[in-house]
Amino acid sequence: MVISMGPQHPSTHGVLRLELVVDGEIVVDVIPHIGYLHRCFEKHCEHMSNYQQIVPYTDRMDYVAAMSSEFGYVVAMEKMLKIQVPERVEVIRVIMAEFSRIVSHQIAIGTYGLDIGAFTPFLFCMRDREHILDIIEETCGARLLYNYNWIGGLSHDVKPDFQQKVREFCTYFKPNIVELNNLLSFNKIFVERTANVGVLPAEVAINYGASGPVLRGSGVAWDLRKNDPYSIYDRFDFDIPVGTGERGKVGDCWDRYMVRAREMEQSVRIIEQAVEMLPAGDVQSAIPKRIRPEAGEIYVRTETPKGELGYYIIADGTASPARVKVRPPCFVNLSALPSMCRGSMIADVVAILGSIDIVLGEVDR
Amino acid sequence: MIPQEFFDLLKSTFGDAILEAKLDGVFDPFITVAPDRMPEVGRFLRDNEKTLCDSLMCLSGVDLTKGKLGVVYHLHSTKFNHKIVLKATVTVEQPHVGSVEAVWKTANWHEREAYDMFGIVFDGHPDLRRILMPDDWDGYPLRKDYQVPEFYNGMKVPY
Repeated sequence: MVISMGPQHPSTHGVLRLELVVDGEIVVDVIPHIGYLHRCFEKHCEHMSNYQQIVPYTDRMDYVAAMSSEFGYVVAMEKMLKIQVPERVEVIRVIMAEFSRIVSHQIAIGTYGLDIGAFTPFLFCMRDREHILDIIEETCGARLLYNYNWIGGLSHDVKPDFQQKVREFCTYFKPNIVELNNLLSFNKIFVERTANVGVLPAEVAINYGASGPVLRGSGVAWDLRKNDPYSIYDRFDFDIPVGTGERGKVGDCWDRYMVRAREMEQSVRIIEQAVEMLPAGDVQSAIPKRIRPEAGEIYVRTETPKGELGYYIIADGTASPARVKVRPPCFVNLSALPSMCRGSMIADVVAILGSIDIVLGEVDR
Repeated sequence: MIPQEFFDLLKSTFGDAILEAKLDGVFDPFITVAPDRMPEVGRFLRDNEKTLCDSLMCLSGVDLTKGKLGVVYHLHSTKFNHKIVLKATVTVEQPHVGSVEAVWKTANWHEREAYDMFGIVFDGHPDLRRILMPDDWDGYPLRKDYQVPEFYNGMKVPY
């Protein structure tokens, strides 16, 4: 029998439709249908009159962690233009990107609880998320679509009490991670629903190009912040959490979930180090208004909360790019869904899909 | 391995199938491969113990204008941490490239996307159909000469 799951089913996180081929309760195959939000990001880029104009559009891909999508794009453009940005900019960008990671993981964890049937952790996550969004809003004036990272700098400098607020947040947030773990991560019902479900072995994950917590949940210690560092990530001291099969098998839903929970702790560590090294200085370097990179092409990837975000940019010597291809982590991670679902129960599909943490804006751009 | 070593290794193994190499360009160095030999070259790069390119980071379709289309493969080895870019060029009239789906599963959706957006046909792909656009859509939206149709199934296309 064929069953449609979604679109507009809460567990499909918006607008994904899954065609389930089932035999009784057992899932024989899953055929994902994407392409419902499509806003033609890549076509838009070719029609821009300026490279800087693309930044607000990158925000709209992963809209729950927009800062990381901008970060990847400006890093790519700065590499193309061979500009070195001021130290202050690098540090603020890292703090903002790590805030974005926490914000994204809070959504992932909170809504994952909802998928499984736990409501309270969602409220806890939203409560803590608000504190971060307040700091971000104070800095750049927006809560969702920031347009904060510009090529060669930032749109605004931070407010004078920024460092103090960030320190206060870290002190406030650290006990809350422990609380969340007690409430959800080691909860018996939650573990029963997620451990040993949707196992993705390491070599299959690599073959599918999976990245981020989906790859690390399978036990592969691969994080671009460590393995292929960009910006100033090589200066920080932090660990890469990986799935170890603590409650079930390596690469099951619980491992993928737990990698996110532990990454929040590591992000707080990075933020604490960064906020202490924040130097004084300007946040905008002097670059021409109309950017014209030399003709050539580049592929730059960064580690967003969801995984490897790559920008393949072809410049033809004019003020607008000849081609911008985005390699979105959610698109690639979602393509591994059928292999994780085959042989499981229909209710497990909800748990497996939630554990990938997709944002549909990024899946079909 | 550095790009020059990749080129020497591929040239000595595949000979004529390796068409061109630009190793000192402005940005990323690349090697151009004959489109129909792509699956063999991909498999070789994945399995050879000197290269072990187990990860296909990105596969992009490109409109090279003047009636030409390109496919760009960004390869990476998680063991050795080296990268190489492969390219295949085809014409709009004969847009056939060998599929690497059997080598890297991640190519499944990426190739479908390149097919959907550029009309590049990947021979040997198990399920080559549109992924972003509706099944009965005409034309390939990311081609440079693409014109948005006025109507789709009798409905006005807003733009």
